[in-house]
Amino acid sequence: MTSRDGTGVTAPAAIAAEGLRKAYGDKVVLDGIDLHVPQGTIFSLLGPNGAGKTTTVQILSTLITADGGRASVAGHDLAAAPQAVRAAIGVTGQFSAVDNMITGEENMALMADLHHLGRREGKRITAELLDRFDLVAAAKKPASTYSGGMRRRLDIAMTLVGSPRVIFLDEPTTGLDPRSRHTMWEIIRDLVAGGVTVFLTTQYLEEADQLADRIAVLSRGRLAAQGTPEELKRLVPGGHVRLTFADPAALAAAYRALGDGAAADEEGLSLRVPNDGSVHALRALLDGLDRAAVTPEALTVHTPDLDDVFFAVTGRPGNDKVEAR
Amino acid sequence: MSDLMSPRTVAAHPLRDSLTMLRRNLLHARRYPSMTIGVTGMPVIMLLLFVYVFGTALSTGLGGGGDRSAYIAYVVPGILLMTVGSGTVPTAVAVCTDMAEGVVARFRTMAISRSSVLVGHVVGSVIQTMISLVLVTGVALAIGFRSDAGAVEWLAAAGVLALVCCALTWLAVGMGLASPTPEAASNAVLPLSFLLPFISSAFVPVDAMPGWIRWFADYQPFTTVVETLRGLLTGTEIGHNGWLSVAWCLAITLLGFVWSQRRFARDPR
Repeated sequence: MTSRDGTGVTAPAAIAAEGLRKAYGDKVVLDGIDLHVPQGTIFSLLGPNGAGKTTTVQILSTLITADGGRASVAGHDLAAAPQAVRAAIGVTGQFSAVDNMITGEENMALMADLHHLGRREGKRITAELLDRFDLVAAAKKPASTYSGGMRRRLDIAMTLVGSPRVIFLDEPTTGLDPRSRHTMWEIIRDLVAGGVTVFLTTQYLEEADQLADRIAVLSRGRLAAQGTPEELKRLVPGGHVRLTFADPAALAAAYRALGDGAAADEEGLSLRVPNDGSVHALRALLDGLDRAAVTPEALTVHTPDLDDVFFAVTGRPGNDKVEAR
Repeated sequence: MSDLMSPRTVAAHPLRDSLTMLRRNLLHARRYPSMTIGVTGMPVIMLLLFVYVFGTALSTGLGGGGDRSAYIAYVVPGILLMTVGSGTVPTAVAVCTDMAEGVVARFRTMAISRSSVLVGHVVGSVIQTMISLVLVTGVALAIGFRSDAGAVEWLAAAGVLALVCCALTWLAVGMGLASPTPEAASNAVLPLSFLLPFISSAFVPVDAMPGWIRWFADYQPFTTVVETLRGLLTGTEIGHNGWLSVAWCLAITLLGFVWSQRRFARDPR
């Protein structure tokens, strides 16, 4: 599976890129990226730190220029009509793009002014967005006093002032607590329901899985794979359960009980059994152990994660954590 | 795919965007006034030091017979110029700090007039420095500075100071953009805020300086401007310094403006 969708693309592209390249000195950050994001969808660029996700967003949002390749956003060529691209997009960066020295309300007013909205319309939109993102109580406080989740919400609220058609979200949930993360997911789903296109970067497979229509896996400046979450997951070997035992006898008994699919590690006194982690499959596994009258010391369920996807599509782990397979 | 929608022309609002950015910078100055207070405080301290600590001795050296009030008249134009010089410190630091802020990255991805970010900084700084000048002048009058200048001369002096302020501020913006850290930015403007005012006729006549320093002091723009201000406020000979001051200011403004725009147009760090 590669990044090419073939020639039969019919949906109009909100974002289209061909052969994007970027290097800083002799460090190649992007080494030929092709992208096609249909309008009104969520596209997720998935990858570990340093894969080039932020650089891709910076290029597509006109912040920096690519060394090679071409791209268009909302139908406008990045190089030929950057102002037209800017008029159509909204960007929420990894490091929040709010003015910390002024209040949330003043930040919103600043955006309304820069979008050349009338006084009354600016006030209406500001009030509406502050309310929608639960920032009314904090509106008159300096943004520097906001929590991480609040600042991220203000950031997105500011992005929405101009009613952008394409929104770039660079790791919108990195550093957020679980509750704020789920709030952010709801916000992102609502955005697309309104017809905009979302380009999202993340290092969490779960996040891409939850939100994205299509996912591209970025690894060392190249797209290692691209497809729907289901397509990608099919590339990943299934999950497994790891059982640890007190002594070799118990390990041997369990190995006999669970049969061929299991792989024993005699030194570590552990057994690795293919299992999708569902309640049904786990019950069957435990029933098997009961019948053989062995009790494991520990049981851990391992579900496919970004590391597995990376291993599957690039032949190496996403980070330094190497696990025998 | 890229020609799906025909390229739209985006209406530019340079004036409106610059006013918005100016409002933002004045808001910053109002919320965090310590920098602005420093700009006024420094020249006032210099004025008091030079008048009350060095004044009598320097006046003797000037041939004023140890009359402190004669030295006040001599030093006030220099202190006013120094006030403008001090104003470059917060400007360069603020610009350098601002460029590292996420919100400026946001501005760069918005369909606004690009130069408005810098114009907002410059106009904001010029307004703050002009307010400082009024305050410093007030202190000078309070400790005994007397001028026989009429309204026209005062207005001309204010005009010269505004031109200098514009020139030095654009230069400071360029230095702020070129500096990797706020500390480096505040060092970069040291010649404008400190060195050049001292190596000029602001505090003592250049005749009192040795050889090559004297040559440098004679020709550098701070001396030209100080002599112009001194002439307007205390009636000394201005000569060709008036036109030279205006020419220097316009040239430095142009240089600072072009440099800053180029620097800002580059990909951010």
